[in-house]
Amino acid sequence: MVAPKDLPLQELYAPGHRLCAGCGPSISVRMALKAARGPTVVVNSTGCVEVSTTIFPYTAWRIPWVHALFENTPAVASGLEYAYEALEKRGARKGKVDIIALGGDGGTFDIGIQALSGMLERGHDIVYICYDNEAYMNTGIQRSGATPRGAATTTSPAGKVIPGKRGGKKDLAAICAGHGIKYTATASIGFFTDYIDKVRKAIEVDGPAVVHVLAPCPLGWRSSPADTIKLAKMAVQTGIFPIYEVVDGKYRMSLKPGKLLPVEEYFKLQGRFSHLLRPEFKEELEEINREIEGNYRRILGLAGEQVA
Amino acid sequence: MKLGWREMPIAGVMFQPGSSAEYKTGDWRIEKKPLIDQERCIRCMICWLICPDVAIERVQKPYKNYQESLKEDYYHCKGCGICAAECPVDAIEMVEESRVVP
Repeated sequence: MVAPKDLPLQELYAPGHRLCAGCGPSISVRMALKAARGPTVVVNSTGCVEVSTTIFPYTAWRIPWVHALFENTPAVASGLEYAYEALEKRGARKGKVDIIALGGDGGTFDIGIQALSGMLERGHDIVYICYDNEAYMNTGIQRSGATPRGAATTTSPAGKVIPGKRGGKKDLAAICAGHGIKYTATASIGFFTDYIDKVRKAIEVDGPAVVHVLAPCPLGWRSSPADTIKLAKMAVQTGIFPIYEVVDGKYRMSLKPGKLLPVEEYFKLQGRFSHLLRPEFKEELEEINREIEGNYRRILGLAGEQVA
Repeated sequence: MKLGWREMPIAGVMFQPGSSAEYKTGDWRIEKKPLIDQERCIRCMICWLICPDVAIERVQKPYKNYQESLKEDYYHCKGCGICAAECPVDAIEMVEESRVVP
């Protein structure tokens, strides 16, 4: 594991972008670029990062960067890979270019999943990073396929009718690993050395690789901007977002399984879950607790670890 | 940077990488700004790595046994306070905006 002080000093991601104070996705992008090994091209789907880093006439990117729509980021990245291959065949350029496709949870879980599936199936040498802030934050906090059960968003408001979002979060890592790709991982910006290592491994793998990273959004989660890293850490420690790798179909936990933190500690810090701590939502909270534990045990089982 | 329609690049292509660095986001801070205590700091570089705004710089300025120092970049810092919250030795304090710092 690489220590923060040994990381490259070069900043491929410039300051002065207009992402919010304490933005999780911004941290996730910056850390991912610290793992770059050489010439890198980023294909970015529509989302917070795309909108706020490239407000005309400014750009926060110091590497080639392409904006693609929500639904076709992996397709554009695939095309780029072919284009570089064609240029090399023609003798117009030499050397490997790493392509990173970057999408938010809306662009990955909902709108772009079809193109992502195509990219994984065709076997392009691309790293897909999904920065997951658990809703469509850019357009004003609408629920997405990545929003966890019980979270209040503007399209799943908690009240008398529904207790926040109904239904859970898609298991993106399993969907991607199901394509038989060599490397899939879930990570959290709270465990940054682990995350940077995973991105580096994903880049080094020959073929498609997916890294799903949890990046808290202070605006949408209604939490304090200073708590961004703390929340990303707690999401892992409470078992809501277990971090693991799937290498050639084999699951491996990134953290030693220990005792899980009570989920209420994590919910307490966020406005989107504040209703769950009220007595009238007690049943929903119990249901969520059962679901989290079940999911955590399922993944531990896949990784062949003993339940603590 | 202000461009007329004649100077606009075709298709909005930007030719200067990282040009956003000239844009001041430092005036987004409302009340507090970070202040690093060089004495307490152990140079673990966590704050440097986790800053969403690249607003903590590593400078080659020796301080006692250390080769490097960390410096706040108030031109870009948005005052989120992540650095102060995550510092393992509490060497970063969020101080009043009005405090004059060296």
